[in-house]
Formats: sequence, C-alpha cells, structure tokens
Amino acid sequence: MKDFAYLSAPDVPTALQAIARPGARFLGGGTNLVDLMRQNIERPDTVIDITRLPLDRVEELPGGGLRVGALVRNSHLAAHRAVRERYPMLAQAILAGASGQLRNMATVGGNLLQRTRCAYFTDLSAGCNKRQPGSGCDAVGGFNRNAAVLGASASCVATHPSDMCVALAALDAVVELESVRGVRRVPLTGFHRLPGDTPQVETEIAADELITAVELPALPVAAASRYRKIRDRASYAFALVSVAAAMHARDGVITDIRLALGGVATRPWRAHQAERELLGAPATEESFRRAAEAELAAAVPQSQNGFKIELAQRAITATLRQLLTEGGAA
Amino acid sequence: MTTYVGEAVDRVDGTAKTTGGARFSAEYPYPDLAHAALVHATVARGRITRLDTTAAEAVPGVIAVLTHRNAPPLKPAPRVTPLNLATLASGTSVNYLNTDEVHWNGQPVAVVVAESPEAAQEAAHLVEVAYAHLPATVDFAAAEPDAKPQKSNLIMSGGAVKGDPEAALAAAPVALDLRYTTPPHHHNAIEPHATTAHWADGRLTLHDGAQNIYWTRDHLAMRFGIPKDDIRVLSPFVGGAFGGKTMVWPGTILAAMAAKATGRPVRLMLTREGVYRTVGGRTPSTQRVAVGADESGRMTALIHTSVTLTGRVGGGPEQVTSQTRHLYDAAAIRVQQNLVELDVLSNTVMRAPGESIGTFALEATVDELAYRLGVDPIELRARNEPARNPMDGKAFAHRKLRECFEQGAKEFGWAGRNPEPRSTRDGRWLVGTGVAAAYHPSWQFPANVTVRLSADGTALVRCGFHEMGMGGATAQAQIAADALGLPVEAVTVEYGDTRLPTGPGAGGSAQTASVAAALVAACEKLTRLARALARRTPGAAGASYPEILRLAGRDSIEARVGSDTRLGTAVGQLRFAGKLMSDRRRWVKAACGAQFCEVRVDADTGEVRVTRWLGVFDVGRVINAKTAASQLRGGIVMGIGMALAEETLVDPRTGRIMNASLSEYHVPVHADVPAIEIRYLDDPDPTMPLGLIGVGEVSITGVAGAIANAVFHATGRRIRDLPITLDKLL
Ligand SMILES: Cc1cc2nc3c(=O)[nH]c(=O)nc-3n(C[C@H](O)[C@H](O)[C@H](O)COP(=O)(O)OP(=O)(O)OC[C@H]3O[C@@H](n4cnc5c(N)ncnc54)[C@H](O)[C@@H]3O)c2cc1C
Repeated sequence: MKDFAYLSAPDVPTALQAIARPGARFLGGGTNLVDLMRQNIERPDTVIDITRLPLDRVEELPGGGLRVGALVRNSHLAAHRAVRERYPMLAQAILAGASGQLRNMATVGGNLLQRTRCAYFTDLSAGCNKRQPGSGCDAVGGFNRNAAVLGASASCVATHPSDMCVALAALDAVVELESVRGVRRVPLTGFHRLPGDTPQVETEIAADELITAVELPALPVAAASRYRKIRDRASYAFALVSVAAAMHARDGVITDIRLALGGVATRPWRAHQAERELLGAPATEESFRRAAEAELAAAVPQSQNGFKIELAQRAITATLRQLLTEGGAA
Repeated sequence: MTTYVGEAVDRVDGTAKTTGGARFSAEYPYPDLAHAALVHATVARGRITRLDTTAAEAVPGVIAVLTHRNAPPLKPAPRVTPLNLATLASGTSVNYLNTDEVHWNGQPVAVVVAESPEAAQEAAHLVEVAYAHLPATVDFAAAEPDAKPQKSNLIMSGGAVKGDPEAALAAAPVALDLRYTTPPHHHNAIEPHATTAHWADGRLTLHDGAQNIYWTRDHLAMRFGIPKDDIRVLSPFVGGAFGGKTMVWPGTILAAMAAKATGRPVRLMLTREGVYRTVGGRTPSTQRVAVGADESGRMTALIHTSVTLTGRVGGGPEQVTSQTRHLYDAAAIRVQQNLVELDVLSNTVMRAPGESIGTFALEATVDELAYRLGVDPIELRARNEPARNPMDGKAFAHRKLRECFEQGAKEFGWAGRNPEPRSTRDGRWLVGTGVAAAYHPSWQFPANVTVRLSADGTALVRCGFHEMGMGGATAQAQIAADALGLPVEAVTVEYGDTRLPTGPGAGGSAQTASVAAALVAACEKLTRLARALARRTPGAAGASYPEILRLAGRDSIEARVGSDTRLGTAVGQLRFAGKLMSDRRRWVKAACGAQFCEVRVDADTGEVRVTRWLGVFDVGRVINAKTAASQLRGGIVMGIGMALAEETLVDPRTGRIMNASLSEYHVPVHADVPAIEIRYLDDPDPTMPLGLIGVGEVSITGVAGAIANAVFHATGRRIRDLPITLDKLL
C-alpha cells in the first residue's frame, strides 16, 4: 500500500478544511476504502478519519421522520427501534448486507459511496472505464453475470452493490452534503448517477463535500415494508436481485406503493414505472406481475445476466404478494 | 487392548491453537527479518519486453527487486521419475525468475524484498512490466473437443473396457446418455501459503505450510543444487491445505531465493489473490455418463468418460472415472479419461481429485435411471451392488456400501418417501430429498517411526508427518498409548520436521494408516525389548513397561521402524512398491458411504438451501471419534460448496482468474450448512493397519450428486452443470 498521511478530524469544519488537500479522502468505517487501497484501486495521499465527528446519532424530525447522522454505524441503524418500527425494509436491507463485523464498522456515509464489485473494476490488468476512463469495459463479453440490466451504457455495466441504498431509494431519503461553500440536499434517487459515458463520475457529491446526514421523511406506508435479497449463498454475498417494497391496499386496491430494486441496475433503482402501474390497481398477483414486467421492459441483458430480468420480475411479484398476505399491506 | 483408540479424545494441539500458541509459517520471528511480495504476470503467454524497477527500488525500505535479470540462478525443475517420487513435487516446470517467458496469467515475474510487508507490496505494485504476447490457449470449453486419451501408468489408469458397452447401450431397453460439466475449484485453506526462509552457512531452514515436507526439501535441494541434508523444513502447524500444499509452488521457492539473494531471513506470505495466481486448483471437467439397463434395473452397460485439463507447464490427470470401475455391477463397462493441455497454471490435487466431481456425474445418472425405471434409487443401487470388483473380478478388501445405505435409509427416514418430483411443498419452499454413494480408494505409504519409552512413564513418538488440522498427532498418540499401556497424556508426538524419521505425505487419505502401520510395528518392537529386559531384571515380572525400565536402571529404550539412510530409503520405497503391487493384485481397497440430504428450493427464485444431512460411512476402524467425524463433516461442507456455489472464473479471453478473493469465490458460509449427522460403521478393514481406512476425502464424494438428486426431487429439474446456481432453476 502507498504511504499516506493520516489525520483524525475532531469536528466538521476541520474535516472540511482538510479535504481541500490534494488526494485527500474521508475515512468512515474503512471497510471499502481500505480494501481498495490494498488493491491499489484507490491511492489517496491523505486519509481523513471522520469517525470522531459528532454525526453518529439518529434523531427525530418533526412530523415523524428521522435524521440519520452520516457516521451512524450500519449495525446501529438496523437495530434502532424507530427504524425497525417505521421503516422495517431499511433494517432488513442493512442486515442482509455484508457480515456482523463489517456492519459494526460500516457507516451510513460510506455505504452510500461504496464502489462496485465488478471483477474488472478491481483487477488492474483489465479494461474498466470506471477505474480508468477510456480503457474499455471488459465486463462486456466477459464475466457479467453480476452486471446491470437497467441503467447501463456502452461504457459501463457495473451494478451498484449497496443493499441499504435500495431501501433508502424506496423511502424517498434525502442526502445532506456539506462543504466550505455550505449545505445542500440531494434526494437519494438523484444522488447516484447513471454511467452514461462518464462512469467514473458515480454520484453528485463534489470532491470537497462531506455527507453529514441522511433524512428519512415520515412515510406511513413504510411501516408495512420488506426487503428481499436474492443471492448465490444464504448469507455474505452481494445481491443478484433485491427488492425493497412498501405497499398499502384498501378494499383490494393499491393506495400507496414504494418500490426499488438492487443488484440489477447501475444505481439503486427506484421502480417508478412499476409504481405507476400499481397505484390504483387491484392488489393481485396479475397486477404485481404486470408492473414488474413494465419495470423491466427496458432491461438490456449482457451475455450472462439475462436471468436477472426474469428473476427481478419474480422477486417483485413474490415480495408484493408476501407483503399482501403476511406483511400487513391490506 | 484398546483404551483410547476409537474414543473422542481432545486434540493434542487444541489448546495451542485456541490460545494462539501454535506458530504458523508466517509467524517465525527472526531478527532482521525481511518481507517479500510477488509481481504477477498479466498475460497468459508472452515474453517480457520491458521491465522498469526504478520506482519500486525507490520505495523506502526496499532491499531488492529480483527479476530474471538479476535473480540467482536456479536449476530447472526435475523431470518426473518413478525412482524419486519427490520429482512429482514440482508445482510447475517454469524456472521462476530465470526466464523472460510467461506461461500463465499470474506467473511471478518479480519478487520484491523489503523491510516491511507494506513496502514490499507497494514496490511490487510499482514494478513496470511490458510483454510481447504469444499465442495462448486458455479456454477449456473451446479446447475440450480436442482432448487426447490419457495414457495409463503405475499410479493411474487412463481407461479400461469390459465387454462391448456401446453395443450393450444401443441394445438396452432403458438407456441414458448424459453430459455433465464441472468448473475449476480452488482449495481456499484459511491459512494462505506462507514461507519463512533463512540461510546460514549455506544451509537453509524453511518454515513452510506443507503437506509433504520431504518433497519440499528434496525439490529445493535439486533447485538450489545443495545436498538435501543441508535443508531443514519445519511445518508443525498448517492452517488447512486440502491438497493445495502438496506440491512446491513458486512462493516457497522464491522465498528461499529471496533469502539467498539478500542474505536476510525472508518471509513471503501470499495474499489471497496470490494463492489463486500461483497455486493450482481442481481441473474443470466435461463428462459423459451413459447407462443401459434391463427392465428389472440390472445395468447392462455403463460408460463414463471425462475431459480434464492440465497446464502446459504442469499438473496431471485427475481420476474422474475411478469410482465407475467399482460401484456398479454392469455387464459391460467402459471408462476413459481424456486430457487437454492449456496455457494456464497447473491443476493440482484437491480433496478427492477425480472422485469428487466424478461421483457427481455418475450418481446423478444413477438417480435418473432409477426414475426412468420407476425404482427407488437405493433399491436400484442394491440391485447393482457387485460381489466382486465389476471391472476385473478382484475381491474387495472391505465393502459395506449396502450396509451404509441401509443404516442411512433407516435413520434418515427414507422409507415411504414420495418419489414424485415437486410433491412436497412447505410455504414458498419446494422440498426434496436425495441420496448418492460416496467412494474413495484407500492408500498406504511408507513411514519411518521411532518410539522412545522413558522410565518416567512418558513416551515420545517421532515421525515427520503432517498436521493440517485433521488430528493426526492425536490419533497417533492414542495408538501409542494403547500399545504401550500409557495414559494418552504421557505420549508426545513430534511431526512436521524433516529432521525426524521420514514420514508420509499427507495425501490420498493415507497418512493416518501409513503412520499407524509403522507405529504399531515400532511399539511391538519396543514392548519386546522391554519384556526381554524384564526377563533379565529381578523383580520385574508383571511390572509395567516404565517400571521395568526403572528396575533395570535404564532411562529409556527406543525402537525404530524404517531407515533414513540412502540404502534404507531405497529399500523402503521398493518394499512399498512391492506391497502396493501385491495389494493391488489381490484387492480393491476403498472407503465408501451413503450421502442423504434434504434441500429446499424457493418456488419463485430458485434459491437452494440444504436443510438436512446424514452421511453414513464405511471407513474401517475409527481412531478418534471426534476428529474423524470432523473430517467427514468438513468434506461434506466442501461438497456443498462444490454443488451450489464454488467456481473459479477463468476469463476465456485472457486466462486470468477474475474472482481471486473470498468475497467473490463463494465457499459455503455457516448459513449454508445445516447440522450434519455423521455415522460410521466402525468395522475394521482386515487388510489395513489397525483396520483403519482414511477419512480425509471420501465424504466430499457423492455430495454434489445427492444435492443434484434432491434438487430434482424438489423441482423436477435435472441440473447437470455445477454449480447449481439459482439462474439454472428459474
Ligand atoms: C466482504 C464484504 C462483503 C460485503 N457485503 C455487502 C453486502 O452484501 N451488501 C452491501 O450493501 N454492502 C456490502 N459490503 C460493503 C459495505 O456495506 C461497505 O463496505 C460499507 O458500507 C462502507 O462503509 P464504510 O463506512 O466502511 O466506508 P469507507 O470504506 O470508510 O468509505 C467508503 C467511501 O466513502 C467515502 N466516505 C465515507 N464516509 C463519507 C462521508 N461521510 N462523506 C463523504 N465521503 C465519505 C470514503 O472516502 C470512501 O470513498 C461488503 C463489504 C465487504 C468487505
């Protein structure tokens, strides 16, 4: 690993000053950054430890929402009582990710910015436009079983790997960013970018900005919500497909719906198309399936990941069915 | 008299391992220790055209950057000769850092030695290498049709025929002709390969996690051109191996080279990626299994052929069709193994090389035949259970396969199973059960042993065998304690050091039996000595062995089996070869078993979960109930991985492994493994020392077959390509 300077920021202004140094990066739990430094995918000159910043609390917002500090550990957030009661899909999504040890280290801010697990991104000998713009994409025509079927471009087919972000996308979460220039707020669904022809630019965050919090608005429908993750082994694997869903039905008609997908897209994927199909539709297996098909209509498979289209449709249908029959959506 | 043999004695190294006292190869603290890191080639075949080490050398703490330009000369890897089995130990034939040629994607092309592992890794990253590409064949699926038949030799037969199986198949009233594929696998021992090398006065001390320290010693002696007595290999603790630490891979050689070049003790601990790039794994395979039967279910034809790969620079055939010579009493049988050579790293032995994947194809086919015939799969096996070896009519040394199935069926609750696929559902889960036979040949190798009995009532057993976690030292302590009438705590077992009497390699599930044979003989010699002493010693009649020594005024007596002199070694090897040949003429020797499992498959998503397991094994006499059960259980866990998730992804365009990491190569995690029930018949094999047959490998065999069969029962889908991932079940 390359030698780097390490400093630990006691407060936000210090952190924001320090990040102006060239080649500086924030260090949250380090579970992604340090791994990538070992692999020489990331080579920062300065690492600014932000784990002492006073951003480690979950606070009530007026009206029933929550404000989650960027340094709240993933395991803490998943265990938080208000989260489990008001946004069960979020707790489930976090617990479906990584391992207990990793979740104890991982922070909310770091989770938002974790990099893709595409094998060609992490192998320096391979072509990867995300890692080295202009070097091509070896996943196309290579191992792309894990790749995206939605939101991909000719230059990049890498999936966004986060489970937590899928739930956040469904929950209309808002990301708060701070820099020396001030504070701004970006909805989570607009935070991660589609790759287009600049896959190296992954999010809206500027190089000198700090994620300070994620806000969860009050969302009564989320009290009956679920996260379903489908993967190659029972635990400790990234999603092939995941579904975050919240639904409310009255008299057999869907009156409220939130739906997002993981594992299938280049960013946490809010299923707007399916939501439009479902809102006001009868809460039946047929509606679920039709909406799932509508969402995946634009999907483009690679050589090995075509199964994700069918799998995602089945997973959406099964998750909504389960919400209806067991999850208190009706 | 047995007091300890068969008991669940706690492992003798348990405390050391659980308290951190056990020292592994990367943990030896030499003053002045330097650290090494490898630079791996990024092309499948080529020549180095440019090499720039300037940036690497500028990293603070870097001591040396060794490349083909400045590395000390090495002798080429020896040619394999049956006169010296250590010549089998070459991981590859490449003369590392003595050539500008690259033979596989990942070959080490430079070694950095530095004051810290971090500096070494960083400098390794900064070594710039450019290559001229040479044509390479790396795509197994594309090359597989060009495979050539494997030639037979003393150790392995490439093929055999009885009768006219193709004609019998064509004439059979019921016939199946199926094709299977299995991917490459890697061992993934928890301890990555590590070596600490130290030269003093031209002599080399090597701490190296190894399954055959004598092969390692002899191989290094040949490569460095020094007498083998000038090398000492120490390997008291090995953090798992599964075959991956049998051969001498580049890391071991390069650590010794780096220490020699720098004059410093050097530690080279491979990264996980480094293990994938420089240590071989299991071959991929394609297999054809065809079976014909009459209406009563008697097999009339059985054909099993395979294609596997070897690296152009090394590796060998894996006996994929071996079990098919022994399991079913078909009237006509043909087995044939075929090989294709690729420009990839050598394949190597990995737990039950051959049978692990061969039993998958065979046992899935037998299940399919049972369904075709409408016969219960256990009943079908019983109808085809041979009384003598089907291929040549030789006697079985020990064969309790039918008993394994019977006991298993009873305990698992097989009777009354509704054979109909998709007939059981539990909520969203489709539930199925499956069985398969397990089979693994048993071996025995030469071993030299000394046993010393002391007047203080302790005994010391010395033999250079290997302990990779199986419990070998504990088992030998139990055997010696029984033979000498001592408490097991009074027996110390020394192993894992080439200064000790030459032990067997840990392989072929043969180590415990091999050492036990010599140990029992040595203990007999020793007790004869003691009794003779007693006859000459007044008052010693009826005394215990230690008392005899005290009364006779002797501190200790010692007995030895086998000799480590040049002549003694040659005699030992000849005797071994003679016994092997005569045993082979008389008997077919093997461990076998019956695997029972239940799986659940999500009706929507195809996710497969294994929810019950029972394995019943015929492994002869069991020495330690606890460690034997753990071995058997571990093999099943590994088999679950093979069935459902494990696959090394070799990019067919570049020959590069693309999932060289434990997060992307999926071994089973706890949540994938149900409670595993283990039973063994504990019926001694009269042709084996103490009646024991090895337990190390048999239990991985049959696992993937049982799971594939259970998945069929649950879903009605036959998956013939491993791993059985959910996309194949949608
Ligand atoms: C073996 C393994 C398995 C895993 N499995 C899963 C899984 O199944 N599902 C899943 O979702 N995830 C999984 N993960 C990923 C894990 O969730 C992430 O590594 C973790 O969330 C990252 O958080 P962190 O705090 O450790 O981030 P860090 O590694 O500290 O940082 C990641 C990035 O975010 C930046 N950063 C961190 N905090 C801030 C901030 N407040 N403001 C601005 N920038 C910031 C850092 O500079 C860095 O670029 C797995 C990881 C591993 C190692």
